Amino acid sequence: MGVFAAAGPGVRLDLDVFDYLILVIYFATVLGIGFAARRAISTSADFFLSGRSMPAWVTGLAFVSANLGALEIIGMAANGAQYGLMTLHYYWIGAVPAMVFLGIVMMPFYYGSKVRSVPEFLRLRFNRPTHLLNASIFAIAQVLIAGVNLYALALILDALLGWPLWASIVVGAAIVLTYITIGGLSSAIYNEVLQFFVIIAGLLPITIVGLVKVGGINGLFDAVRDSKLGDAALHTWQGTAGSDNPLGANWIGIVFGLGFVLSFGYWTTNFAEVQRALSAKDMSAARRTPIIGAFPKLIIPIITVIPGLIAIVTVKGLGAKTGDLTYNNSIPLLMRDLLPNGVLGVAVTGLVASFMAGMAANVSGFNTVFTYDLWQSYVRKGRSDDYYLRVGRIATVAGIIISIGTAFIAAGYDNIMNYIQALFSLINAPLFATFIVGMFWKRMSAWAGFWSLLLGTLSSLTLYLLYLADVVKFNSDLEESFWGAGLAFGTAVVVAVIVTLVTRPKPEDDLRGLVYGLAGTSTSGDAVLAADKVWWRNPVLLGGIAVVLAFLLYIPVW
Amino acid sequence: MAEELNRPQDELLSETEELEKRSAAARLFDVRRVIGGLFVVYGVIVTLLGLFNSSKDMEKAQGVRINLWMGLSMLVLGLLFLAWMWWRPTVVPSTEELREELREERDNNREG
Repeated sequence: MGVFAAAGPGVRLDLDVFDYLILVIYFATVLGIGFAARRAISTSADFFLSGRSMPAWVTGLAFVSANLGALEIIGMAANGAQYGLMTLHYYWIGAVPAMVFLGIVMMPFYYGSKVRSVPEFLRLRFNRPTHLLNASIFAIAQVLIAGVNLYALALILDALLGWPLWASIVVGAAIVLTYITIGGLSSAIYNEVLQFFVIIAGLLPITIVGLVKVGGINGLFDAVRDSKLGDAALHTWQGTAGSDNPLGANWIGIVFGLGFVLSFGYWTTNFAEVQRALSAKDMSAARRTPIIGAFPKLIIPIITVIPGLIAIVTVKGLGAKTGDLTYNNSIPLLMRDLLPNGVLGVAVTGLVASFMAGMAANVSGFNTVFTYDLWQSYVRKGRSDDYYLRVGRIATVAGIIISIGTAFIAAGYDNIMNYIQALFSLINAPLFATFIVGMFWKRMSAWAGFWSLLLGTLSSLTLYLLYLADVVKFNSDLEESFWGAGLAFGTAVVVAVIVTLVTRPKPEDDLRGLVYGLAGTSTSGDAVLAADKVWWRNPVLLGGIAVVLAFLLYIPVW
Repeated sequence: MAEELNRPQDELLSETEELEKRSAAARLFDVRRVIGGLFVVYGVIVTLLGLFNSSKDMEKAQGVRINLWMGLSMLVLGLLFLAWMWWRPTVVPSTEELREELREERDNNREG
């Protein structure tokens, strides 16, 4: 993170009046959406769930956009420059199968039970302690990550445009705060859909001009072969029998650590993502949400990993530990070198948009969990709906103010993605284990849910702290997060089984619709497979196509 | 209640489901208008810049008329969204219709 701060005038972009015009028009549009969405809010359900009225293409694009924060974009381009095509694993095996699984298998439970958040599912399936534990962890994590987004936005605007840190933080926070406080989740989702297109339009010119410069995709691959990365950077699976590859991970780590535990944990239980699907207008739209999101996810590497490779072959000296030439500056450096005014303005706007998309997703997840899962469930029950609507708006403001403060925690890390990964491996991996066991094993008891979640989280936290203290050694932060996630998952499963065996199960009637095979109208095998009257809206078919495409895309770069 | 409950009874969730019935979400505008509008504006600005690009800009972009091409692409994208909206408009009920609907629902609930 410190890298952006160190970047002096070296990556300063020369924006002209038209570039600023493009940026200002964007800000105005974002705020306009917030104000226009206000009239669609009359209840807390409108504010936190968009009144469950969104069409699938909107929620689907918002789903992928919520994940397309600038940390993701800049971090993945950095990984592309550092590790080469193995970064593709984060998109294909590390995202698509989990997104499809969420749509096909898990959404019938989430949407069918009409829960308002992911933690709330735990309240129904297990007990209140499990719920309180998860809701608290989630709320804290969201504020932390929102802070990271905000701080990173300020650092990059400082580097690119020379804006002082405090000004960017205040402007960025104020805009997100305004449009979410006023327009709620509808405003966040609409802005995410808009941001999706702005981000693509902003970054695509980098890839196009960059590829022209290096002589097309073949020219790029030839140049990478001659670069310090070498031929290994052009393969995704070759060389993963051992750890002698750019990522330093073998195929078991990639398939189970990244492809299973980390990815399923992130995509299927992260409420900032799942919330988009919960706002869909019906079950079919909710189930298609992550699957529709999977298709853009397949090709986003075009604007992240490819620019990373272009940077490593065109920017001399890229990969320095400090200064202007760090991996994290791959995209900013290419913007400086390749984009004329005009598309440059769109690219800066795209980056700003992606910071806001990321932060808004965290904030809208936070205010919902805070209001429904903490305040309404444990602090003030039974008040009027207007009261909770007000709490939600206050929580939004408070969350953003706290996130400004927490931003500085992230300052000590040299690769932003690793920090995020570390957090997710702590939070999501044990949660996924608790969920998946609880959804398919009706015997699992309420306290088994609590203990598996708690001990799973503590196990990966312990490993992380031991790693930081240099007691346990790993090749990279990345390898630590694979193992941390795996350990948390394993611990959570084992604890769930042991505690279940010594405690009483919940009565089956209390698990209706929450556990597979227990009389849920939306969760029976037939309902899950059929799903929609029209075949081309069938989640199973669409999901199957996405997975097959991910497989096919691997073939030329195996 | 005619619909079968797909979960155990829960007070908080039942409340929210009641609220969803008097949702104002139907009054939400169509996002396609915003995307279409913004991209038409961006498309026009960037296309015009592309038409009057200096040779220095061209050189920086490796000889590609990137402003012109991206401008035109954005313009087309924006127009496609507007055309889609025109072709398949979302039916936004007027305030009277919404009130009517609410009244009916309330009556139904009373009967049920």
